[in-house]
Amino acid sequence: MSKTDPGGASRRGLLAASAGMGAAAITGFPMVARSQGRRPIRIGMPTILSGRVAQLGISSRDAVLMEVEKFNAEGGLDGRPIEVIVRDSRGVPAEAARLAREMISDGVDILFDGEPSSGGFAVHEVVRETGTLTLHINTETSAMSADPKQRFWNAFRIARQGIHDSIAGGVYAAEIVKAKNLRRWMTVSPDYAYGRDTTAEFIEYLKYFTPDVQVVGETWPKLFQPDYTENVTRLAQGRPQAVYSCLWAGDLVAFVEQAALYGLFSQSQYFAVNMADYTTLKQIKQLPRGVHSGNRYLSSYPAQPTNAAFGRDYQRRYNNYPTNWAWQAATAVHLTTAALKKVGSTDPRQLASALRGLTIDSPFGADGKVTMRAEDQTLVGYAIGWGTTIPAEPYVEGIKTADWNQITQLEQEWKKGKGWA
Amino acid sequence: MDLGELAACMGSLPCVITQVSAGLTIGLLLFLVASGLTLIFGVLGLVNFAHGTLYMLGAYFALSAYELTESFLVATLAGTLGVAVFGLLMERTLFRRIYGADVLMQLLVCYAVILIMDDVVKIVWGGDFLKMDMPETFRRPPLLIGGGIVPLFYLVLFGITLAVALLLALGMSRTRFGRTVRAAAVNPAMVASLGVNTSFVFAAVFAVGSGLAGLAGALSAPIRSVVPGAGVSILIESFIVTVIGGMGSIGGALAAALLIGLTRSFGSIGFPLFTEGLMFLMMAAILLVKPSGLAGKHLA
Repeated sequence: MSKTDPGGASRRGLLAASAGMGAAAITGFPMVARSQGRRPIRIGMPTILSGRVAQLGISSRDAVLMEVEKFNAEGGLDGRPIEVIVRDSRGVPAEAARLAREMISDGVDILFDGEPSSGGFAVHEVVRETGTLTLHINTETSAMSADPKQRFWNAFRIARQGIHDSIAGGVYAAEIVKAKNLRRWMTVSPDYAYGRDTTAEFIEYLKYFTPDVQVVGETWPKLFQPDYTENVTRLAQGRPQAVYSCLWAGDLVAFVEQAALYGLFSQSQYFAVNMADYTTLKQIKQLPRGVHSGNRYLSSYPAQPTNAAFGRDYQRRYNNYPTNWAWQAATAVHLTTAALKKVGSTDPRQLASALRGLTIDSPFGADGKVTMRAEDQTLVGYAIGWGTTIPAEPYVEGIKTADWNQITQLEQEWKKGKGWA
Repeated sequence: MDLGELAACMGSLPCVITQVSAGLTIGLLLFLVASGLTLIFGVLGLVNFAHGTLYMLGAYFALSAYELTESFLVATLAGTLGVAVFGLLMERTLFRRIYGADVLMQLLVCYAVILIMDDVVKIVWGGDFLKMDMPETFRRPPLLIGGGIVPLFYLVLFGITLAVALLLALGMSRTRFGRTVRAAAVNPAMVASLGVNTSFVFAAVFAVGSGLAGLAGALSAPIRSVVPGAGVSILIESFIVTVIGGMGSIGGALAAALLIGLTRSFGSIGFPLFTEGLMFLMMAAILLVKPSGLAGKHLA
């Protein structure tokens, strides 16, 4: 046994330990996890935790943590728990890509990309190079999985997809067009990949089912634009019978408030695909009645006990409502843990192989199940429905469920048209 | 590009009224922020990159005051005076140390203020977007003036901002304080030698400039999302206004802000895919013809 100077050694030791703990606290480096015999499965997650859409990012993180906790409580993967490392990208694509690189170099096993399309494509390019198993949980732009050039073995989309919503929306809107003779349309959508693509796809399917519809004007506010007056007056001048919008979250709330001042909701029928999400529904103080919306997340739809239970558990735990990003994040955990159990390890190639074609029971499935479609590594089978808003719970009524057979068939034709199938 | 639509609008009185009223409202709100920016630059020589933060704080102060009192007047006053006091404190403790400093030093200090205040806002109000209720008085169908659509709330915004613009112009040109401020902007040493406390003048100017940004934030809180970092986008537009108008000129800022507002308003009809670009194109064109801006002094 060696002898040491007790006074000096303890002071130095104390300083060293303090410095180490301080560094750990500052960097968030999971020292404790590393020291355990069974190394945790580490999932890195860049998402938006501050700014106009923070509520969505926060709900995405919270849903992941809630579902991971259940998995860990059941013993994890043969005793290995999942550890989630979440960082705030502030909605800046370059920052999301930087965080993804940082997490990968820190040795995460799996990446949950919690960015919308604006940042999702930036992260996509990072993991194309690194080969990290990545689940895009909030990117809805169809091209990410539909375009073969964007597809590679380690990237999966576990989110709703623009083309699916557009086909479902087109079918629903066509019925209303026929019933109410709505021929003059205008659009107001955010000016970036998701807004442009999704709007074009919706109009394509609206015209597919009702060819005599005319788009008489369009206006494209920037993502996170503070003021929508010019867009609102443009709509007011166009005097459309119907308006389509895929604005979302805080942008949609600000737009609705400003459009209400101009009385637009009494002039035209509104089809706002992203309205029926609690993040929006709860923030708009006087929700207009009768706005047509697709379901983003509603605990009442799909009307399954497991979905209602998910909504209840989430609300009890966080004193807030889940969002569209929450169900997608929860589904990412469900699919990942199912694949982990199937493979028994974190080998990315084996996990990717297990994920391809994987079908699981899901609270959010149209028929109680969702599938990670093998051919383009994207989620299918989730519940899609359109209905009209009402100012109180359950906020949307008369929801008509979309037919996945029709969606799949038209999606395939759409891909062929693009030269992607 | 939809020039036919634009021509049709210009030939229709209701359309012109709607677009002009919207453009003036956008422009006047922008003027409130830009006038503070240009006032501070003109008198103190400080390029206040943190000016957008003051706008953001005005919105948050107003939001909290409205939640407590449900009074739009109290909310507006809280946003204006709260930010004026905050600006005064910042000037006394921080900004007065960088008057006349290199622009890079000013940029560094302002950037630090932006980051710190964004985080403070997240700690106090949370990172999520918030919304101030539209006061019940203004929740009514829009007015139809000459066939044009004008929301009541926008008329109120228009009235308040126009009144502030006139007060500012009169205050600067007709009052003793205004004359002192203008003199201090040109030659502070001479003004100080006449027994005027220029340090007080500078602090007062900074407080007024801050209050204007706070007022803009408070007035826009019922119609825009209140969110950390909200100052950045308004700052960019304010700089465009300041550059077009001429650095340091309040009259120039007013003209430029209204020009921007009308460009956005009519641009959304004629150039729906290029509204943003129009703004920058206009800035480039004006700077080519007059590099010092509409009302700026000739550059040496």
